[in-house]
Amino acid sequence: MPTPTTPATLQSVLSKAGHVILGKPRELQLALACLVARGHLLIEDVPGLGKTTLAHTLSRLLGLSFSRVQFTSDLLPADILGVSIYERESGHFRFIPGPVFTQVLLADEINRGTPKTQSALLEAMEERQVTVEGETRPLPRPFFVIATQNPSHQIGTFPLPESQLDRFLLRIRLGYPDRQAERQLLEQGDRRESLETLLAELNPEALEAHQLAASQLHASPALLDYVQALLDASRQSGLFRHGLSPRAGLGLLAAARAWAYLEGRAAVLPDDIQVVFPALATHRLQPVNHDGHASEAEVITLMQSVPIP
Amino acid sequence: MSRHSPVLERHQIPWLIGVALCTTLPHAGFLPIWMTGLSALLLMTVAWQWHRGLAPLHKALKVLLVVVCTAGILFEYKTLLGRDAGIAMLVLFMALKQLELRTHRDATVVISLGYFLLLTHYFHAQDIPTGLWLILSTLLVTAALLKLQAAPTASPMSLLKTAGGLLLQALPLMLVLYLFFPRIPGPLWGLPQDAYTGRTGLSETMAPGNISELVNSPEIAFRAQFTGPPPTPQTRYWRGPVLDHYDGRAWQAGPTGREAAPVEHLGQALSYSLTMEAHKQHWLLALDMPARLPDNPELGARLDKNGTALSNRPLLNRQRYELQSFPSYRLDPEGKTVSLPRHLQLPQGYNPRTLELGRQWKSQGLTPEGTIQQALRMFREENFHYTLRPPLLGRNAMDDFLFSTRRGFCEHYASAFVVLMRAAGVPARVVTGYLGGEVNPVDGFMIIRQSDAHAWAEVWIKQKGWVRVDPTGAISPARIESSLASALPDEATLPYMELRWARQLQQRWEALNNQWNQWVLGYDQSRQQELLARLGFTDGNWRTLILLLGISTLVLLVGLSLWLFLPRTSKDPAWALWNKARKRLQTQGISAPDWESPMALVQRLETAAPHLVPAYRELARLVMTARYEANGPKMEALRHAYQQLPR
Repeated sequence: MPTPTTPATLQSVLSKAGHVILGKPRELQLALACLVARGHLLIEDVPGLGKTTLAHTLSRLLGLSFSRVQFTSDLLPADILGVSIYERESGHFRFIPGPVFTQVLLADEINRGTPKTQSALLEAMEERQVTVEGETRPLPRPFFVIATQNPSHQIGTFPLPESQLDRFLLRIRLGYPDRQAERQLLEQGDRRESLETLLAELNPEALEAHQLAASQLHASPALLDYVQALLDASRQSGLFRHGLSPRAGLGLLAAARAWAYLEGRAAVLPDDIQVVFPALATHRLQPVNHDGHASEAEVITLMQSVPIP
Repeated sequence: MSRHSPVLERHQIPWLIGVALCTTLPHAGFLPIWMTGLSALLLMTVAWQWHRGLAPLHKALKVLLVVVCTAGILFEYKTLLGRDAGIAMLVLFMALKQLELRTHRDATVVISLGYFLLLTHYFHAQDIPTGLWLILSTLLVTAALLKLQAAPTASPMSLLKTAGGLLLQALPLMLVLYLFFPRIPGPLWGLPQDAYTGRTGLSETMAPGNISELVNSPEIAFRAQFTGPPPTPQTRYWRGPVLDHYDGRAWQAGPTGREAAPVEHLGQALSYSLTMEAHKQHWLLALDMPARLPDNPELGARLDKNGTALSNRPLLNRQRYELQSFPSYRLDPEGKTVSLPRHLQLPQGYNPRTLELGRQWKSQGLTPEGTIQQALRMFREENFHYTLRPPLLGRNAMDDFLFSTRRGFCEHYASAFVVLMRAAGVPARVVTGYLGGEVNPVDGFMIIRQSDAHAWAEVWIKQKGWVRVDPTGAISPARIESSLASALPDEATLPYMELRWARQLQQRWEALNNQWNQWVLGYDQSRQQELLARLGFTDGNWRTLILLLGISTLVLLVGLSLWLFLPRTSKDPAWALWNKARKRLQTQGISAPDWESPMALVQRLETAAPHLVPAYRELARLVMTARYEANGPKMEALRHAYQQLPR
């Protein structure tokens, strides 16, 4: 397979995915941008809106190995990371890698797992390696976690702590399909079968080349001014308990670069910042006037209070 | 110490030589020739060493040079202290220090010494060229200081630019200090008297040739500014020392007395201010006849018994003072200041023919007025000439002049006239001063030069008092009505009155200098008080000044930090252009918030105002590439696109 590194190949990934996930081009592009920016993705929705399908579709199209872990309250860290078992014939312990040893890990309903299990996964996300029984093992490259989460007001959930939410570059919500997409869905039946027939558009090396190219996109001083203005506003508006962290700032720039790259641009524009900003900020900001995380509307209000410098 | 200081790089050395050069060069004209030569030689040696990459001089040689220089200064000035010896020492050691430029510490010494040396130039001159030279030198020294820290690749131009920026930042503080730092009366340093040598001007004696020497000098004696119209040329007599003792060769001033001459003022007063150049003498050169004298306590002005305005101490600085004079007056009509032995005094055994002529007139029984007319008629009707180059006169100078040579200058005529009057029994005396003055059309100041120096006579007549008689007027009326240049025959065109354009240039330059003198150098205690009064501080003492100084410094610093730390609107011309375009949309009733990106705005326009889309899309595209891409378009393209926007 050729490994072209123009954004065009990624755009064809998007259009193919659009045939599976109907009526959600923007969310799809955000999800892909998140992966191109080497970030982990959090999808938050009620069950049945196609979160798993999205993760599965992207990994197939990008030619990445895929595994899935369903988080439950009795899931143990070892169930994700793997265990060493004693082999009587050789007299040695043999490591059986867990599902985390893959390129795309779908952590379904992550907030149903216990905090201990969650943190085992989040450590793997950050370090891109796991340590089991004193031995450190690198994870395959690239390595993405696409976690899905039920809205935290549902029964039997352990909401992710702030520090761990910060490790997800973007959080998207698929939401209900629009009328037309739903009709199409009803007419054509479940898309899962067509998922099996999808062919990879890329391979891991090509994806890494895209990631590299995207990370080198030009960001002018004027654009960095804008990023800083947004970060400052999140910290000084008084609307939120804490402002955005420097890691969030780096993430904002990386995500905007990836978005601009997918748009086929040579430089990052404020438009790119504005597109990714809500997805970047909602799960990181907690408004002072209510519990839980900021809504998209609150983040957009914040964004509209900041003139482009 | 020096062991820890980084070693100087080769490319830094020329800057330090430059510092030495520009800070010592103006002293060259004031130092003994051997010092100038030695400094030049030392600097050339350093430059040669640098050029050739030679090793520094041997330590013993350097020590020897230091000893020689110190001994030289001691020999020249008999001291190592004081102003002149101090300057000589600084200059020589600046040159010597160049021989041991090795580390940054040495360079810092050179630069600090350079800043200090710059200050010393004000001992010699405080005029505009000096000021300019010092500003440029400060720039160079500051750039050299930057050079010590800068990257080796930094261009000289960029260093000078940075230095300029630094100096500009210091400018407001400099102005505040200049305006509000408490001024002390007199010069800041008690400059020694010899700072004022070489000034020409009137003196308390008048021998033949004194004034005609002065007349060759175009130097400005003083400037006058009248509040009303200036007086007519015939009345522009500026009164200097009155000379009443004649020894056969020279006239000398007698005692001036502590009491003022009684004066009756008639007619209209003239108010004016004089800006007197330093002349080391007491007289204030008020216009005949001074009425109100400056009440400046520092000046301590008074009128002496001859009617001359005096200061109680020599004028060592350029001074500005206000005066009032009456062109018509009666000076001592009762004769309180007349003393016959003094005002009829004549040396024994001189000028027998002149005395004889006077006695003849006296025996004819002429009134004083008649005697005056007789003398003036003689000057007018007989073959007398007015000339700058009179022939030499013998022992009986007045006899030679009146009866044989008959060629003379104002001093000859005044002198001969007074001698004749005294011989005829009429009290008379010589008055010296300046006659004339020319208004500079550039700034309206009247300029009185040394070439306007003049001598005339005063005769005492009962009831009329001391009456001014100018015998020069009898021979050469032009001297009185216009100027010396028009009065003289072709023999003597004065050197400074040549071309018309040169004259205009000179007038401009003199007006500029005058402004400098009046406002920059002349900003003294009284002007400072005036400024304070205008700001509303009527009792401006030094506490007010310190308060003002503190407040303005604080305001400056706060302003500067606000300027530095407050967010500023974008200075990017492309973005400014876009903001203008946005404002224009808003005036057309289309919302264009500042948070919205140009691209998004154009997209919104497609439904809101489709006819605007093409022009705005093009501008938005150019602005975005200019602002956010690595190689943006030229500003001209953006301006062009802006002009294409529909109104």
